[in-house]
Amino acid sequence: MEKNRKVISVDGLTKRFGSFTAVDHISFDVYSGEIFGFLGANGAGKTTAMRMLCGLSRPTSGDGSVAGCDISTQSEQIKKRIGYMSQKFSLYEALTVEENLRLFATIYGMSRSSFKKVSGEMYRDLDMLSLRRSRVGDLPLGWKQKLAFAAATIHRPEIVFLDEPTGGVDPVTRRKFWELIYRAPSDGMTVFVTTHYLDEAEYCSRVSIMVDGRISALDTPEALKRKFNVTTMDEVFRIVAGNASRGE
Amino acid sequence: MSYPIETYGLSKKFGSLTALDNVAIRVERGELYGLIGPDGAGKSTLYKILATLLSQDAGRAVLAGLDTMTDFKEIRRRIGYMPQRFSLYQDLTVRENLEFFASLFGVSSEANFDLVAPIYNQLSRFPDRRAGALSGGMKQKLALSCALIHRPEILLLDEPTTGVDAVSRSEFWDMLHGLREKGITIMVSTSYMEEAARCDRISMIDKGKILDTDTPKNLVKKVGDNLYNAVAKDMFRLLTSLRKMPEVEDCYTFGATLHVVGRNDFDPRQTAERLIEEGIYDAKIYPAQGDIEDLFIKLTRNGEE
Repeated sequence: MEKNRKVISVDGLTKRFGSFTAVDHISFDVYSGEIFGFLGANGAGKTTAMRMLCGLSRPTSGDGSVAGCDISTQSEQIKKRIGYMSQKFSLYEALTVEENLRLFATIYGMSRSSFKKVSGEMYRDLDMLSLRRSRVGDLPLGWKQKLAFAAATIHRPEIVFLDEPTGGVDPVTRRKFWELIYRAPSDGMTVFVTTHYLDEAEYCSRVSIMVDGRISALDTPEALKRKFNVTTMDEVFRIVAGNASRGE
Repeated sequence: MSYPIETYGLSKKFGSLTALDNVAIRVERGELYGLIGPDGAGKSTLYKILATLLSQDAGRAVLAGLDTMTDFKEIRRRIGYMPQRFSLYQDLTVRENLEFFASLFGVSSEANFDLVAPIYNQLSRFPDRRAGALSGGMKQKLALSCALIHRPEILLLDEPTTGVDAVSRSEFWDMLHGLREKGITIMVSTSYMEEAARCDRISMIDKGKILDTDTPKNLVKKVGDNLYNAVAKDMFRLLTSLRKMPEVEDCYTFGATLHVVGRNDFDPRQTAERLIEEGIYDAKIYPAQGDIEDLFIKLTRNGEE
């Protein structure tokens, strides 16, 4: 894995809906192996920005590349190279663990043999081997989350986007999930994550905070806390996002 | 004298799933009472029973002295209920939604406007915007206004702050404190443990059972004093090393530090020395102030899968 390789690079990225500028000239880079926290108040433009990065929405102006593909012209290639996990649990409850993973592998066009190899590794790493034939609907939340993460990364993407993966999750399960995120960089994966739990922002390599469509702060948690002379990311967020003027 | 909300041995099953298991709570008049627990704990089921929208399998729920099974019509007049899912009419405007809810309860929105004014006025810039076109934070304010327009004595709010950012969440709690000042009894649920501190008393709920009920201050005391912070440059390695030590009962991430729950024989200095033997030279271990999340982890530690 090469460090300091840009996996996401965005320059002046802008999205307008009519007269409303949802995302206003944002520029930033995310490097290989980073856990990049993407924070912001409601309505700050996070979701719109993330949709552009995932190839689901075309920018009004500005440039960007994700996993080596241009976000304006190569959105289909981007979808093949990234993983995406949403807050809402989106696997098939009536299917087994293995069936769910196989479904995602098939969608990503994986061969039978590479699926066998990767899923075998995943069962071992996630300690799920005994649950292979269990119906997903019967699993406790913590396992469902692990599985959703496994499904989002079955095709071994360069980067995985996690959209509020721990919303409403109990404190123990939430922490277990973050231990999973911690491990991703050692597998060569970059993590792009949004959250409303500010203690989780402390675990990120770097954090950006969006306010009114722009990136108002971007640095390591330590540097941000030093800059604002506070001890927690919660305080940093309140200072930075507290100045928002957009109608909330 | 009757309490605004009381339940006795309340139980509810959905098939083989026990949503509520012998739940007993008592909310005092004028209290801001929190129900804290993760998704799937049974919070919404309890709310639906209290709001007379669902019947229990066993036990009783009494609001303002009225039984939810027999006096539901009267209860509905006296409570304001804000369900977890946004349930206003998306095609009606802000103003129309408020008028509609006022007319449902046979009141005029003008007569009770003083109560909703501090909240509704934040929306008054767009009286003609369709509710469906509002942002998350504004929808929530409109929903709260509609739940209040008939001047209820009891306000039932089911996860009003879920998915809302930290700043808007804090503003919402300020509004609730304002309503409490006007004598309204409020029961509010949340999955954000740190919001517990904004309540007079809270019940912690998990898997359908009330784990404990008390003031946030008293609950935090129950965490115990064997709680320590631990930090080192390589936090993940520190975490895995500490978990293996016999004197450590539990170790988990807690924002910028790890929290270590020591057993009786735990001595931070000795543990730091053992970490050096494992090759972690920069570990610092020092006493930590526990909070509600620590208590939740403690109370559920033995019950997890």
